[in-house]
Amino acid sequence: MRPLRSYAEPHATGVCLGLVLLACFALTGQGLGASGAFASVASGVIAAVSPETAAHSAYFRSYLQDGSPWTAWLVVEIMGVLVGAAASAALAGRTRLTFVRAVRPSGGRLFAGLAGGILMGVGAALARGCTSGLALSGGALLSVGAWIFMVALFLAGFLAAPLLRRLWP
Amino acid sequence: MNDLLIAGGIGVAFGWALECAGLGDPPKLAGQFYLRDFTVLKVMLSAMLTAMLGVFWGGRLGMLDPNALYVPETYLLPQLVGGLVFGLGFVLSGLCPGTSCVALASGRVEGAATMLGLFVGVLLVGLAFPEIEPFYRSTPHGTLTLQRLTGLPYGIVVALVTVIGVSMLAWIAKREAAR
Repeated sequence: MRPLRSYAEPHATGVCLGLVLLACFALTGQGLGASGAFASVASGVIAAVSPETAAHSAYFRSYLQDGSPWTAWLVVEIMGVLVGAAASAALAGRTRLTFVRAVRPSGGRLFAGLAGGILMGVGAALARGCTSGLALSGGALLSVGAWIFMVALFLAGFLAAPLLRRLWP
Repeated sequence: MNDLLIAGGIGVAFGWALECAGLGDPPKLAGQFYLRDFTVLKVMLSAMLTAMLGVFWGGRLGMLDPNALYVPETYLLPQLVGGLVFGLGFVLSGLCPGTSCVALASGRVEGAATMLGLFVGVLLVGLAFPEIEPFYRSTPHGTLTLQRLTGLPYGIVVALVTVIGVSMLAWIAKREAAR
């Protein structure tokens, strides 16, 4: 494994992230998000494949009512996240091309990533947000639901961690 | 159009900050749950305190209206259960929805696996929605905030959260210095 350029100081980076969130509040009246972008895209796919199925679910409908789900605010924001993170990693020499290099993760790790993604998708959909949209943005606005979600997610994480020790040696 | 330019710009800055902090690195994120690496808590607490104080003082100085901001609504049970399921998924993948995109963008194929999983997860909820809708809409409390819940003034709650947050960061720093 080739050495990676070290990451930025976490507190300072956290303050920068907080200023980005603050700018988002000031410019748009709402916070950041991530899971909503996945819900928009999923709703768009379902509406294209089977319009009846989409119309039957109030969940999909809620993502289809305000114009095209492909250019929803959060979808464009997530495109920006991909661009910003790619630029930052490339400029700092931290891009790890696991597609071609010998640092490819194991099949088990990929499967765990997929399974974890499914659980987080379900959890975020039930909670109406994820770590960005609910915990961070809602937490900063002192929403009780955001704090409940945040406490529950760390509680579950700390309780499950000992059982998954083999995954993270 | 203007809205989407803002969305893209905010997204770039968001992704940039997450990548700089190292939050696109699954073992680093998972390390939080084994108390080996406190980056997740440090970044989250610093960011939340900054934005919370910014909104409060921005309101006090008349630069923005805190009451005009969209506060996520509280649905007690769905958010409790959703948080528990989400936390389990977080340790399994070592990523969350936003950071899965950062992982992919920094060349990690795990990010794509988690993104695919997230897509499947929200799809499952959408497909099963007619059945789970009663639970999804249960225990609603509207835009309940900590100040409304406790009856304390906004400024006092902000001060208390700041003291608790800074104490946690100080405790983490002390713990790391002792090692």
